Amino acid sequence: MARRCDHCDQPATVHETLIKDGVAQEIHLCAEHARAHGFVIPGSGGATVNISQLLNAAHAANPTSRRAAPRPAKTCASCGMTVTNLQATGLLGCPECYGVFEELLSGLIARAQGGASVHVGRHPEKAASSIDRAALRNRLAKELRDAVSREEYERAARLRDRLSSLGTPEADDLDPNFDASSQS
Amino acid sequence: MMHHADDPTVPYDSDTPLGDVVLSSRVRLARNLSGYPFVNRASPDQLLEIVHRVQTTPMGGAFASGTRWINLQSSDETDRKLLFERNLISKHFSEGTHPRCVALSTDGCASIMVNEEDHLRAQMFAGGFRLHSLVAAMTQLDRSLEQSLDYAFHPRFGYLTACPTNLGTGIRISVMLHLPALRILDELEKMRRSAKELKLAVRGIHGEGSDALGELFQISNQVTLGRSEDDLLEEFAGVIVPQIVEYERQARLRIIETDTAAASDRAHRAVGILRSARLLSLEEAFKYLSRVRLGIALGVVEKIPLSTVNRLLFEVQPAHLARILTLSPTARGDDRAARATHVRSTLE
Repeated sequence: MARRCDHCDQPATVHETLIKDGVAQEIHLCAEHARAHGFVIPGSGGATVNISQLLNAAHAANPTSRRAAPRPAKTCASCGMTVTNLQATGLLGCPECYGVFEELLSGLIARAQGGASVHVGRHPEKAASSIDRAALRNRLAKELRDAVSREEYERAARLRDRLSSLGTPEADDLDPNFDASSQS
Repeated sequence: MMHHADDPTVPYDSDTPLGDVVLSSRVRLARNLSGYPFVNRASPDQLLEIVHRVQTTPMGGAFASGTRWINLQSSDETDRKLLFERNLISKHFSEGTHPRCVALSTDGCASIMVNEEDHLRAQMFAGGFRLHSLVAAMTQLDRSLEQSLDYAFHPRFGYLTACPTNLGTGIRISVMLHLPALRILDELEKMRRSAKELKLAVRGIHGEGSDALGELFQISNQVTLGRSEDDLLEEFAGVIVPQIVEYERQARLRIIETDTAAASDRAHRAVGILRSARLLSLEEAFKYLSRVRLGIALGVVEKIPLSTVNRLLFEVQPAHLARILTLSPTARGDDRAARATHVRSTLE
């Protein structure tokens, strides 16, 4: 039997799995509710994921949304980017924005990137010694556990390769000053 | 003969495995420098500084034998359009007003846009199906750039980009596919649907929003986070592209087996129009060139080389035409006569 939309009785046409902090959440939406949540439906105009729409939907759906609180919206101290501006353009203002808006972005990145939330692949050779390997190793290990529990073995194998490419914890050459904002 | 001395050449040769369907291959890399805001939040002074920093950086790979820099703020409009038609710069980049420039390799097959959506957008292009060598060349270029430039990199998110859709590896690989048989048999929707399921973007020849002129489709990866460059290449070039090519080839076989005379008639009528027309719009030129290209692939058109059709698919575009025929600005408004003349003389 076809699965129904999470919000109404229509058959669901959009099926997504979001992984946030290692917890998988399944979403099933009909075309109308999918659009309302910022998904771009094939054949309805946009060819690619529209980050701006996703951001607007996430912000509106968030019960702790800042519009309920009188305190000023979060702003990136480095470039002055605001949540409103981010929603309007779909673009971040500077590398530090990824740390400042991490909470707002993480679910959306997973959605735009097919469920992925951790980089796997090349990194700058110069950065290799200063990357906080321990933090990265923890995140990868968490994703690996999640992938195994969901029986996503190909993804698990890739994560395992990435983990082993990081070497042993003793081999770390940690630089405590590296990208502190992203670790908060 | 067709090119000005200062023009980069373009590879029209699709004589590679899968070249009957894969017109060209492309790899794009997005990178940003640490210590600067992204382009959308940077001041004009910062953007100029970025231009200067990149221009003084030694570049390897495709740029090792020489680089031609073009300042987009002071360049000629036809030049900008020409680069756009060759997909060496984006429409957004060709039309901006902020400080920006583009590096072109001497062979005309590689470009680095400085201050597009990201500080660096490097692209490499080749005729036919050549993704493996392109990715290797791009890695080489990337490694040479990072000797002098500090990239914005995050341990969890990878290479940081202005738009989160490019995050991670920042790499996008694509092929331009000629899919006339799937179109004739009305199976394009099926291809589009499976592409969506595989998280691939399907676009027309000039990227987002452009129509599928000439039954040409650009297919690229959408996901840039969570998989390595090698995995991506293995899946895209090793599995996905060969599979779509196989669908198109099967469709071509069905067409020729069902009614050879009709297939031959369709292709030769197109040759007739291209050899006789006195006024040819861009849409018409693409439509008939596509039919001729299919005719060559089916073996019913024999005297026209595939590379000539591949070349014409570039040369019928407005800026190419204006440059080749040194059209006066008044002739550019309606270039149908010039297009017809150029196509006729090429196919004679």
